[in-house]
Amino acid sequence: MTTRSTISLRVNDVTHRLCLDHRRTLLDALREDLGHTGPKKGCDQGQCGACTVLLDGRRVVSCLTLAVAAEGAEITTVEGLAADGELRPIQEAFVRLDGFQCGYCTSGQLCSAVGMLAERAAGWPSAVTADVSPDGPVAELDAAEVRERMSGNLCRCGAYPSIVHAILETAARDGVTG
Amino acid sequence: MKEFAYRRVTEIRDALAAGHGGARYLGGGTNLVDLMKCGVETPTQLVDVRFLPLGEIRETPDGGLAIGATTTNSDLAAHPEVRRRYPALSQAVLAGASGQLRNMATVGGNLMQRTRCAYFADPSQACNKRDPGSGCAAIRGAHHNHAVLGWSPSCVATHASDMAVALAAFDAVVRYETLDGGAEIPLERFYPPVGDTPERETELPAGALITEVVLPGSAVAPRSRYRKVRERASYAFATVSVAAHLEVSRGTVRSVRIALGGVASRPWRARAAESFLLDGPATADRFRAAAETELAAAAPLPGNGYKVPLARNLIAAVLADLAEPY
Ligand SMILES: Cc1cc2nc3c(=O)[nH]c(=O)nc-3n(C[C@H](O)[C@H](O)[C@H](O)COP(=O)(O)OP(=O)(O)OC[C@H]3O[C@@H](n4cnc5c(N)ncnc54)[C@H](O)[C@@H]3O)c2cc1C
Ligand code: SF4
Ligand code: FES
Ligand code: FES
Repeated sequence: MTTRSTISLRVNDVTHRLCLDHRRTLLDALREDLGHTGPKKGCDQGQCGACTVLLDGRRVVSCLTLAVAAEGAEITTVEGLAADGELRPIQEAFVRLDGFQCGYCTSGQLCSAVGMLAERAAGWPSAVTADVSPDGPVAELDAAEVRERMSGNLCRCGAYPSIVHAILETAARDGVTG
Repeated sequence: MKEFAYRRVTEIRDALAAGHGGARYLGGGTNLVDLMKCGVETPTQLVDVRFLPLGEIRETPDGGLAIGATTTNSDLAAHPEVRRRYPALSQAVLAGASGQLRNMATVGGNLMQRTRCAYFADPSQACNKRDPGSGCAAIRGAHHNHAVLGWSPSCVATHASDMAVALAAFDAVVRYETLDGGAEIPLERFYPPVGDTPERETELPAGALITEVVLPGSAVAPRSRYRKVRERASYAFATVSVAAHLEVSRGTVRSVRIALGGVASRPWRARAAESFLLDGPATADRFRAAAETELAAAAPLPGNGYKVPLARNLIAAVLADLAEPY
């Protein structure tokens, strides 16, 4: 039985060759093997969102993603959000509006917010969207929508009001998807 | 976690050839990987099915939809035809888990997810579902979120899926393949009664691969709704949930479907309530009486009696909502 594989992981536009035990989660591979300590380990059970990264542009929890199953995907961690050294609007808004205290959940919040704004731009409804019909007008992104869409990211410091504020402000700017 | 082999497949026959013995199909991994971490699942091989050609939602000749088994929960909930024609399904999926988890989770994996009974996930506890014959720690333990309908003394766990509740209300059918050929099972019979074999959770033969879930065409499904009560506003499993659709004409119920979540080991199709209502007046009193008829069979445990009035009120409220003029 082969329990290890040599795989390529593409993280923040860089391809890495790694020989990994199949049990390695993407979170552990990113942190322990590749030194990307942006994604954080909170619960390791898919419940807190601290480990959120983008896989082909979609937000996922890296603690329940096996590294070997992420081969072939474009992985973006918080380190890759400010690709050219310039903070993205959502990062800048988190800094300016105090979207964090201790910062442990922040990298997950940021990746989740970027993914969420893309979902919203694609017209996806949420559990608090009154009418999920695709024929009506797209519901406005208000605080209730942001809270629901971001409910997979917990913040032990309770920075939620500022997180919601930062996301709403970023979303309100024309053409900005985080 | 125990060591395992990993194989990615792009053909159904390769999946079936690999998916036997100690192997398990891997969808999003949101349930399987979690249970492998706590030692409840110990596969020797994971067969990654996400690259099979099963990720599409297509029209069927009777005006229904066939949902490929590897479609993600997100893509299912966002699909325009699901939102237009089966809104309760979209709502049910959106009411479950989080944005991240829905992006990972597949339709097949969602149907096959295991119970969230905390004793099941803890190998140091007695649990007939995980370890047949070992007993049930929940019956005399913490069971405030366990079943009130259709349980047996061997297991009182509930099925956790929101999606499956909406599928039950829509008379969906699960299609699967095995090495000996394909077959289908109506969702209502997909999860067998608990009896004394709680470890037997579905009617799927060993090694079967779910390929798609078919929603029959329905003129009334567009008028449907999913409502979920939970212990916090978002991101929690159902305490009780209701998927329903209702058609009323001149004050009379012409068509009605009701399914309950959070109350049994499977999505609970409320057949007694449906026949009570059909061809009768669509009034608040009747909705409540129909719910009571269904729940006459309820047998709450010492710690979860609250679920019975909650289910009754929720059924009555959802039906009243659906009966409002268009
Ligand atoms: C924190 C958290 C909160 C959650 N909250 C909710 C909630 O509120 N409501 C809700 O409904 N769900 C909830 N879930 C559960 C989630 O919906 C399921 O974990 C998910 O749907 C499983 O899909 P998956 O593709 O990840 O399955 P996997 O974990 O990959 O697999 C699950 C099982 O399905 C089998 N399987 C997968 N695909 C197939 C196939 N095609 N044929 C046959 N067998 C197959 C696997 O072998 C495995 O046994 C939550 C999960 C987490 C971690
Ligand atoms: S309720 Fe079922 S799953 Fe929970 S401990 Fe009892 S036997 Fe196990
Ligand atoms: S560490 Fe992944 S969700 Fe908590
Ligand atoms: S800022 Fe401390 S956990 Fe969120």
